Amino acid sequence: MRRMSVGRTVCWVLLFVLLIVTLFPFYWMLRTAFSDNTQLPGHPSSLLPVESTLGAFKRVLGLATIEEAQAQGGSGAAVNFWLYLRNSLVVATVTTVCQVFFSAMAAYAFARLRWPGRDKVFALFLAALMVPPIFTTLPNFVLIKNLGLLNSFAGIILPGAFMTPFAIFFLRQFFLGINRELEEAAMIDGAGHRRIFFGLIIPMSAAPIATLAILTYINSWNDYFWPLLVGQQENVRVLTVALGVFRSQTPQGGPDWAGLMAATLIAALPMIILFLAFAKRITNSIGFSGIK
Amino acid sequence: MTATTNAPPTRKRSHGESAAPPGKRRSLGDLKVAMIFLAPATLGFVVFYIWPTLRGAYLSFTEYSLLSAPKFNGLANYERMVQDSFFWNALVVTVEYVVINIGVQTVLAVAIAMVMYRLTKSITVRAIILAPYLVANVVVALVWYWMLDFQVGIVNQGLGWLGIDPVAFFGDSHWAIPTVAGINVWRHMGYTALLVFAGLQMIPAYVYEAAEVDGSTEWKTFWRITLPLLRPVLVMVLVVTMIGSFQIFDTVAVTTQGGPINATRVIYYYIYERAFTRFDFGYASAMALVLFAILAIVSLVQLRLLRAKESDLA
Repeated sequence: MRRMSVGRTVCWVLLFVLLIVTLFPFYWMLRTAFSDNTQLPGHPSSLLPVESTLGAFKRVLGLATIEEAQAQGGSGAAVNFWLYLRNSLVVATVTTVCQVFFSAMAAYAFARLRWPGRDKVFALFLAALMVPPIFTTLPNFVLIKNLGLLNSFAGIILPGAFMTPFAIFFLRQFFLGINRELEEAAMIDGAGHRRIFFGLIIPMSAAPIATLAILTYINSWNDYFWPLLVGQQENVRVLTVALGVFRSQTPQGGPDWAGLMAATLIAALPMIILFLAFAKRITNSIGFSGIK
Repeated sequence: MTATTNAPPTRKRSHGESAAPPGKRRSLGDLKVAMIFLAPATLGFVVFYIWPTLRGAYLSFTEYSLLSAPKFNGLANYERMVQDSFFWNALVVTVEYVVINIGVQTVLAVAIAMVMYRLTKSITVRAIILAPYLVANVVVALVWYWMLDFQVGIVNQGLGWLGIDPVAFFGDSHWAIPTVAGINVWRHMGYTALLVFAGLQMIPAYVYEAAEVDGSTEWKTFWRITLPLLRPVLVMVLVVTMIGSFQIFDTVAVTTQGGPINATRVIYYYIYERAFTRFDFGYASAMALVLFAILAIVSLVQLRLLRAKESDLA
C-alpha cells in the first residue's frame, strides 16, 4: 500500500476528468433531446434541458403532425423511428443467432474433431481477417444486387449470417480448453457428435457463447456501411442508416438539434441498456478480443 | 478402408497421445462429421469472403458500371490512379487521420491504463471508459457534430468562457481532420486502454518489487521496465487499431461528407463515392486493392516488430 502522495491525488483528478469527458456527451445528448428546439439557441450552455418537453421524441417517433413538427423546428419530413427500431432488431437478432450458431458448429469441427487438413483450413479462415471489408464489400454488393436482394432483410443479413473468422476463432479457443475425458465418457455411453455438441460443448461454453453473442449483437446493431449500401428503402432501413438520412433532412439554417439528439438517443438506448446489463462480461472480454 | 473409417471413433480421439502412430487407418478421422459441422460456415466463407476477394481482384482490371458486364481493360485503372490527384489527396488525408488518431489515442490509452492500474481495479470505472466504444459510430459522430457546432455547440461556448474565438471544427479545412480524428479518439481510447490494462496485468509483480528495491523512481520504472515489457501488447494493439483507423468512413459520412474542399475525403469515402455515386466499380475495386496492399504491408511490418520483441518477457 502506497501512501497518499501528491502524485496519487493528481492521478485521481485525472481519472475523474476522464470519466467526465467520457460521460458528458451522453448527458448532453439526453439534455438536448428533452429540450424545446426553438428555445435551444437562446440557452446554448444551459446544463438542464431548455423548456423541457417530449416534443422531440414525438416528432421522431411520428407521433406529431407535420405542422406541430415544423413549429418545433423539425423538418416535417416523414420519419418513423419505430419502424427503424424494428428493422434494427430484426437484422441484429437474426444475424447474431445465425452467426453465433454456425460459428460454434465450425469451431467444434476445428477444436474437437480430427481430420486431415484441419489446421490448414483453419489458417485459411483466419487469413480472411486480413482482407479489409471494403474490398469484399464491392463484389458482395454486386452479388446481392444480382440475386435481386437489394433492399431486403436477406440482403442485409446474409453476408454476416454464416460466420465471421473472429467468431470461429473466439469460440475455438474455449472449445479447445474443454476436458476431453468428459467427451469420451459420453461417447462410451453412445452419444454421437450431435449430442456431444448440443448436450456437452454448448452448455459448458455458455459464458463465452453469451459474450460472443453480445459483442456480435452490438456490432450488428451499430453497423452502418453495409446496410447503407443495400438497405436504403424505408421498409428495411435500420437505425444507423435512418440517423444519417434524418441528419441530412434536418434544415440547414436552424437544424433540429433536439430531434436529432432524440433520434440518436433512441438508436443508442438499446445498446446502453444491453451494456448496463452485461457491463462486467463485456468489459472482461476486451483483453481477449484484442490480444489474440 | 471404408470399414475402418466407420468404426467407433472413440479410440481415435485420444489426441495423439495413444501409442499407435498416425497411419493410414485413421487418417480420415472425423472428416465426415467435420464436413457437416463446417458446411454452413464454409458456405458463408466461400460465398462472402473467398469469392468476392477473387472477384474484387478481377474487377480491378475492368471497366464496370454495374449496368453491363465488366469489360477487361488491363492496367488502365491503375494508370488512372497514379494520375488521379483526388486519389493521392485521399491517401494523404487518410494518413494524416491515422497518424493523429493513433498517436493521440495510444498515448492517452497508455496513460489511462497506467492510472487505472495504479489507482483502481474497479469494474465500474473500466465499464464507463468503455461505454463510447459500444455505441454506433454514427451516434458518436452526431453527438459530437452537435457539441462542436460553430454557433451553439457547447464546446465553442466553453472556449468562449476562456476567451477563445469559436472554431469551425468541421468547416475549417485545417481543423476538419483533427476534429474527426479526435472524435474517434474519444470513442476508442477506453477500449485501447483496456487492452493495455490487460497487458499491464500480465507483467509479473516481482519485476516491480525488484525495481523498488533498487530504488528506481516511478518515472524511471515506467520508461525502463513497464514500457519495454508492454511492447508486445502495444504492437498488437497498434496492428488492430491501425487497420481499423485506415478504414474510417462512418464519421466522415455523417459529418463532413468529404468536405470542406476535400479536406476529409479519406480513401474509404473516396472509394465509396466512386463506386456508389458514380458507379465506377472497376476503378473503386482497384483503389480497394491498393488499400488492401497497404494494410497488408502495415500489418506485416508491425508483426515483424512483434516477433522481434518476443524475447522481452523471457
